Amino acid sequence: MIRSLHRWPGLAAAALLVVLALSGAALSLFPALETLQTPAQGDPGLSVATLATRIQAQHPGVEQIRRAPSGRIVAYWFEDGAPGAAAIDPATGAGVASADAPAARGWLKNLHRSLFLDDAGRIAAAVGAASMLLLSISGIALVVRRTGGWRKVFSPLKGAVSGRLHVEIARVSVAGLLLSSATALWMSASTFALLPEETAPPAFPAVSGETGAVVADMPALRATAVSTLRELTFPYPGDLTDAFTLKTDTGQGYIDQGTGALVAWNDLGGFDRVSETIYMLHTGKGASVLGLVLGLMALGVPVMAGTGIVLWAGGAGKRPRIRANAAPGRADTILLVGSEGGSTWGFAKTLHDALAADGHSVHTDAMSRFAPTRYTSARRIVVLAATYGDGTAPSSAAGFLDRLAALPEAPAAPLAVLGFGDRNFPAFCGFAQDVADAAAAKGWPALLPMDSVDRQSPQDFARWARAFGAVIGTPLEIDHQPVAPRTCDLTLVSRRDYGTDMQTPVSILRFAVPRLPVWRRWIGQGLPSFAAGDLLGIVPAGSPVTRFYSLASATGDGFAEVCVRKHPGGLCSGQLLSLQPGDSMRAFVRPNPTFRPKRGRAPVILIGAGTGIGPLAGFARANANKRPMHLWFGVRHPDSDLLYGAELAEWQADGRLASLTTAFSRAQTRSYVQDALRRDGAQVAQLIADGAEVLVCGGRGMAAGVAEALTEILAPRGLSLQTLKAEGRYGEDIY
Amino acid sequence: MKSLLAALALTTALTTALALPGAAQARPVTLTTTLNDYGGDGAYLALYVTDASGAYKGSLWMAGGKSKYYEHLRDWYRATAGNTAEINGITGASVGAGRELSITLDLSDALFDAGYVLHIDAAVEDMRDSPSEIAVPLTSDGAGKPTAGRRYISSFSYDM
Repeated sequence: MIRSLHRWPGLAAAALLVVLALSGAALSLFPALETLQTPAQGDPGLSVATLATRIQAQHPGVEQIRRAPSGRIVAYWFEDGAPGAAAIDPATGAGVASADAPAARGWLKNLHRSLFLDDAGRIAAAVGAASMLLLSISGIALVVRRTGGWRKVFSPLKGAVSGRLHVEIARVSVAGLLLSSATALWMSASTFALLPEETAPPAFPAVSGETGAVVADMPALRATAVSTLRELTFPYPGDLTDAFTLKTDTGQGYIDQGTGALVAWNDLGGFDRVSETIYMLHTGKGASVLGLVLGLMALGVPVMAGTGIVLWAGGAGKRPRIRANAAPGRADTILLVGSEGGSTWGFAKTLHDALAADGHSVHTDAMSRFAPTRYTSARRIVVLAATYGDGTAPSSAAGFLDRLAALPEAPAAPLAVLGFGDRNFPAFCGFAQDVADAAAAKGWPALLPMDSVDRQSPQDFARWARAFGAVIGTPLEIDHQPVAPRTCDLTLVSRRDYGTDMQTPVSILRFAVPRLPVWRRWIGQGLPSFAAGDLLGIVPAGSPVTRFYSLASATGDGFAEVCVRKHPGGLCSGQLLSLQPGDSMRAFVRPNPTFRPKRGRAPVILIGAGTGIGPLAGFARANANKRPMHLWFGVRHPDSDLLYGAELAEWQADGRLASLTTAFSRAQTRSYVQDALRRDGAQVAQLIADGAEVLVCGGRGMAAGVAEALTEILAPRGLSLQTLKAEGRYGEDIY
Repeated sequence: MKSLLAALALTTALTTALALPGAAQARPVTLTTTLNDYGGDGAYLALYVTDASGAYKGSLWMAGGKSKYYEHLRDWYRATAGNTAEINGITGASVGAGRELSITLDLSDALFDAGYVLHIDAAVEDMRDSPSEIAVPLTSDGAGKPTAGRRYISSFSYDM
């Protein structure tokens, strides 16, 4: 619901908002320029009487004196049959600059408030402001939900670039956008006379009918400081019924031109003050620094419009069409989908199609439409559930848990729960776990234990599908690629082999990155830019399921390097390890932006075992500016499989690695990397207390051992992995 | 259509406002106001009539629809206290720089050669106010003779 309130107004109003934001940002410069160009007023106590006398001396035909909120004073006069005007130096009363507003400002202002379309354009601009307000509020709600609460709104973000950029800019600029859009709506309402009328000037008084009072002697003008002046209008020459009109920031009134006395006065009402404050907040006139800040924040709008469109076009929220969706009463298999951005629907569709192809009758629907009484033919119910933010239900699963809790008894058809999430978030598959727990509490039989898919991993999904297929007696070999990859041929340039003596061959494979002209890369040929920690996807001959290997190099290195261990019977690893220099393999790159050091100078703790050294070695290799990186690395034996042994020593010597600790599980003193961490507990704890982030890469068992060791190390200091994850300081890449 | 409506409203407004003696004879009068290229937004113009002593008698036309700007038409505003009932049904769009405003109204014969003066106040956003930029006596002889304004109005004439 909130997401639709954000997406559709955003897409509909994107172009309009970009125009309004850019013109608004440009306009924000003018009050600041005007303030800079205005001569400083030396005497703060200068009275309007003195100023008017000075100006009258220079221009006897003066008709009006206006003071802008910037402090700029402009006098208008009529002399020798022609009107004149100038910006005035209050110290002398002489003109010092042109009174004309810059032409560019007028043009921009008309674009900004009416798109050159007069009232139709004003209404469009008001609609734009209303959309901006709606987008700001719905955006805040989404960010609060995503980050898991108001207090965590500014916690570090992980995820793909466009989504992260969108939220990061929003967090900085939303305050300004709220202010600008709300004040814009107020001003639109005022323009269209939808607000109460402002205080009228006092009724024109009866005047003495004489002339000749001297400006310098008028008590009201002597008592008024120039800093509070808005406007002083002189009587029309020769018009005995006219009077001086004085407007200040407290009110307005009339001064008799014969007696010099103030003959009528109205104070500004509270509503006028509110209106004026709102005008100042929107235009920056009289608050030029605020205006500049708001202008800067408005510059975020084009970026957010762009990233927003990319997010939407990238499939977020797009629900694939499920073909041959069986009626709920007929289906033997019910697939229930809990998805926030829409990617889980893609997995559901792939599973749906695979089951349907095997003769199953499958009904797929959103978890929020859970209706167990209608599943009369169901033999199994599958829940595919993503998690939103800090463990909350994704939008398409709204109300599922309540509905489940309200059932008199659990459905008879057994349940399988598969969670989708990102292991680098603290509440990994938190909602799926809640569903599994609630089902167990209700006594709902489980078809198979809950499992999880990390970062849309096709491997995780294929593994679960095999297990699921085995239980229901349908062999399922599923490859679900969220986005069909565009592969390219990579040629092996070198390989370094380790561990052959222990019958556990491991190799570092280095592929040449095809050098293509930029335009060919733009049209999607070759490899896109990548960094260490991104994934190299390889589809082996004989299996549709892609395997991913963490990259140990970046585009700038000129090669793509991965560490591959030979798995017994492993199809892909077998094919890779049989490559000789000159051979090639089809591959593609998948970004993995949640697993890499954040920008900054904070220390980095790298923990890896075996082939998990790959991305960690890549981080060290790229650490040319010598940020403190500390590596704990576990292998079997120093003489057998110490991957990157030579480079690690070299990087330690040149400062790319601040420290290197190795643990050998098959040497005389048997030690795993988690043992080494425990031994260095004090140092690890100190680094983390100093703000270090932790990046762990390796197998599931090793990751669990590391997590346990770190929990023990941090507990006495009142820290936990959960808090580190919540702060975005604990990243895992696990296979 | 608009000018017809305006004329009807005006006939009412002026007969009541001016309290003209006897049965008023009316004739169509075309008021033509040409603006110069002052290089700003559209100008607000108030056309109204005063008697020989300068007392406000009634409005003929208001070019500009947003009442919050009327206070810048200073003389008109002073005379009417900004009362929009004075211009009900005789309000049109503001007039762009360099453009011409031409309106035809049925004006009472009694308005001519009786000391009445036609005023035009002009105002442009972010530029100076120009009250009574035009102030011409309404006479039969003056018809068709252009009068120049001081700031925004390059010429004004009324034709019978």
